[in-house]
Amino acid sequence: MNPTLDMTLAPSADLLSIAHLVPHGSRVLDLGCGTGELLAHLIAERGCSGYGVEINDANVQACVARGVNVIQINLEEGLSMFGDGSFDVVLQIDTLQHLRNAEVTLVETARVGRIGIVVFPNFGHWPNRLAVLRGRMPVTKVLPYQWYDTPNIRVGTMQDFEALALQNQLQILDQFGLQDGKEIRFWPNALAGRAVFKFQRGLT
Amino acid sequence: MHFADRLPLQSGASLSAYDLSYETYGTLNFDKSNAVLICHALNASHHVAGVYVDEAGKVIDKSEGWWGTMIGPGKPVDTDQFFVIGVNNLGSCFGSTGPMQINPDTGEIYGADFPVVTVQDWVNAQARLMDALGIQTLAAVMGGSLGGMQALSWTLQYPERVLHAIVVASAPNLTAENIAFNEVARRAIVTDPDFNGGNYARAGVLPKRGLRIARMIGHITYLSDDVMNEKFGRQLQPEQEIKYSTQDVEFQIESYLRYQGDKFAEYFDANTYLLITRALDYFDPAKSFDGDLSRALATAKAKFLLVSFTTDWRFSPARSREIVKALLDNQRDVSYAEIDAPHGHDAFLLDDARYMGVVRSYFQSKVLA
Repeated sequence: MNPTLDMTLAPSADLLSIAHLVPHGSRVLDLGCGTGELLAHLIAERGCSGYGVEINDANVQACVARGVNVIQINLEEGLSMFGDGSFDVVLQIDTLQHLRNAEVTLVETARVGRIGIVVFPNFGHWPNRLAVLRGRMPVTKVLPYQWYDTPNIRVGTMQDFEALALQNQLQILDQFGLQDGKEIRFWPNALAGRAVFKFQRGLT
Repeated sequence: MHFADRLPLQSGASLSAYDLSYETYGTLNFDKSNAVLICHALNASHHVAGVYVDEAGKVIDKSEGWWGTMIGPGKPVDTDQFFVIGVNNLGSCFGSTGPMQINPDTGEIYGADFPVVTVQDWVNAQARLMDALGIQTLAAVMGGSLGGMQALSWTLQYPERVLHAIVVASAPNLTAENIAFNEVARRAIVTDPDFNGGNYARAGVLPKRGLRIARMIGHITYLSDDVMNEKFGRQLQPEQEIKYSTQDVEFQIESYLRYQGDKFAEYFDANTYLLITRALDYFDPAKSFDGDLSRALATAKAKFLLVSFTTDWRFSPARSREIVKALLDNQRDVSYAEIDAPHGHDAFLLDDARYMGVVRSYFQSKVLA
């Protein structure tokens, strides 16, 4: 959502790992799509179609300039514009940590999309734990801000997200970490800077 | 341009023959694929961009086109790349057939006899102009406010002939409050003693008082509270104290509104005001679909850019979002920018870098492609 956050998508190996989770030809809604880089990639390389949602003026213009469909609305006001199951995949890449109503948006993500994919900075990553053990909040590549000057209004770990998903009857289809452009499947909650979850609505 | 073919109107009436005033800017390319039609709102005309020059080649004062911020060489709608067409709508008073002109069937000034025209009628007339210009497919149709309604209507009436629709500060129909404002304006005109049932021209008078008040009301609704406060606040006329009068101009906002009303009443036609506000009231593409806008827009094939302005309370962002939602329901290509500008509905005519930037980017990345 914040233009500077696209930096965290570099190296683009991360972006490619995320893109691989999106089936070819999917109808995609990208919540907090930034400059539309991922959507443009999905359209060009994986035959997808869809829309980004952005609040930042400069990012909206960047999406339009790329030829990516973008809808400028505030995610905090909900996703009432989008119908139930109207997308194959709904993405929230580095968006969750900026949302005041993150839980509602997560449930809405699962309502609108047949599959939801959420990526966020994993606070369980060992350098973060170590920093806190030492008594200070971490400043890292994925969480590059000082505690008093961060756009991230919340941080959480992969285990935290699992608990939240369970609480909202979301069925996790896949989860792994991303670190230095690699998928981390062994102990990702400690060994990966970014968390990736793929989920769907659970049976109620 | 003169049209001799009868134009049937939505009301069941028809115009046996009519003229449309239009202007073009830029050059139509070889395969006629770069045409952009600009639709005007209530009080504007076919003169969308550029200036007029007199016989000596001198620029005529205040002759700038009404959307000169948006359209011209190097502008967001770049006339170095696009062939832009501005057309004056039927019933208006800037050269196209309207109530101030002679009815060929009677030889008298139309006045109150000019038939009620709708957005759909305008679009049909515009389509005939495109036929006459040899333009089968428009690269884009664009308009703000009532002009945006025409752009939207184009995509429904002629889905095969429009590739892109740019709909700015518009709505899928008017709300009750919006119709109410129009009605107050109409009553101001109709109750002017000089109105003569609409046949004032035959009586040799003009209902200027009514027009002034209509314009004053309209003008208030095109601005935002913040902008009015910033511009005028509670300031009195220069070097003036409160006079304890009830009829003098005391506050600056009063003076401003009177000036706007006076200016408007000098050039605008009262019957045209009635006709155009009615066209606004009637526009409602969802009406024949039980109010279901998504079903109504299923016909559209164009790609869309919608823009709204946060402080526009006459054509609020919520109304633009309704159109966006209906297009999403139909899986149409659509982008939507909601510009946080302070100027109310007027913002669509003003130069805002974010607004201009989005339109420019859309024309470069999408319309030109």
